[in-house]
Amino acid sequence: MHLTIDWLNFAPGSALIGGLMLGVGTSLLLIFNGKIAGISGIAAYLVNPNNIYGKEAAWRGFFLLGLIGAGLVYSLFAALPPVSISANNNTLIMAGLLVGFGSRMGSGCTSGHGICGLSRLSLRSLVATLSFMLAGFAVTYAMLHGS
Amino acid sequence: MKNTITFFAGLIFGLGLIVSGMTDPANIIGFLDITGLWNPSLAFVMLGGIAIAFFAFRHVERKKLTAFNEPVHLPGTSQLNKELILGSLLFGSGWALAGFCPGPALVVLGTGSKQAGIFVLAMLVGMYGHDIFYKRLFNKTH
Repeated sequence: MHLTIDWLNFAPGSALIGGLMLGVGTSLLLIFNGKIAGISGIAAYLVNPNNIYGKEAAWRGFFLLGLIGAGLVYSLFAALPPVSISANNNTLIMAGLLVGFGSRMGSGCTSGHGICGLSRLSLRSLVATLSFMLAGFAVTYAMLHGS
Repeated sequence: MKNTITFFAGLIFGLGLIVSGMTDPANIIGFLDITGLWNPSLAFVMLGGIAIAFFAFRHVERKKLTAFNEPVHLPGTSQLNKELILGSLLFGSGWALAGFCPGPALVVLGTGSKQAGIFVLAMLVGMYGHDIFYKRLFNKTH
């Protein structure tokens, strides 16, 4: 296969710095709270109305509050980078349903498997990461190059 | 104190998603488009995240306790099963369709994006659908 690199949009420096920050956030939650920074698991826990009270809900709430507030904090220091969403509303709904259902069925997403799981050398997370990457490559190919 | 640190953990995680470019779906699709004009940046995001988290996991796995001397909750080492693979394939398909995974979608929702709101709402329905209906229907306990 022939790879063509998109040099114009290739930004390894900011990607690496942002990645290190993901590592710092993950490590803080782990070392001080003993919890895995798996965003799908954290969000899904709070979707169940039976779960929204108590200590188990509180740490997830504080973590999500920080996560959701990141845009506001970032915008105090610099202009937010562009967000270009090419999907229409129906595609967004389909994508959201798949991401929500699939991440629960597969016990994790890009953060829980891709960062936490791989960091602890979990075979399950390696298989999950390879699976979602493979599906991502295939669906992108079908969308952009399938006739 | 612990909740404050947890809040900052989420905040730094969210800022990292913005800095890394993960909050722009165009970057995600650019990474997944390996046969087109490929943008490998996201590989560096993962590399950076793992470079730090690897040592944090090694630390807690050895110590078994948090900095506040409380137990650490790590997922048990269960074996590979078809839910893990099928679920991840579904997740990856949705990830590619919109260019959003849960973390970045929540960060973009926080900036007031209606489109991210639509995605997140559907995502929460999908999660609820799995946890409440699918798991009960098929009596899955993973």
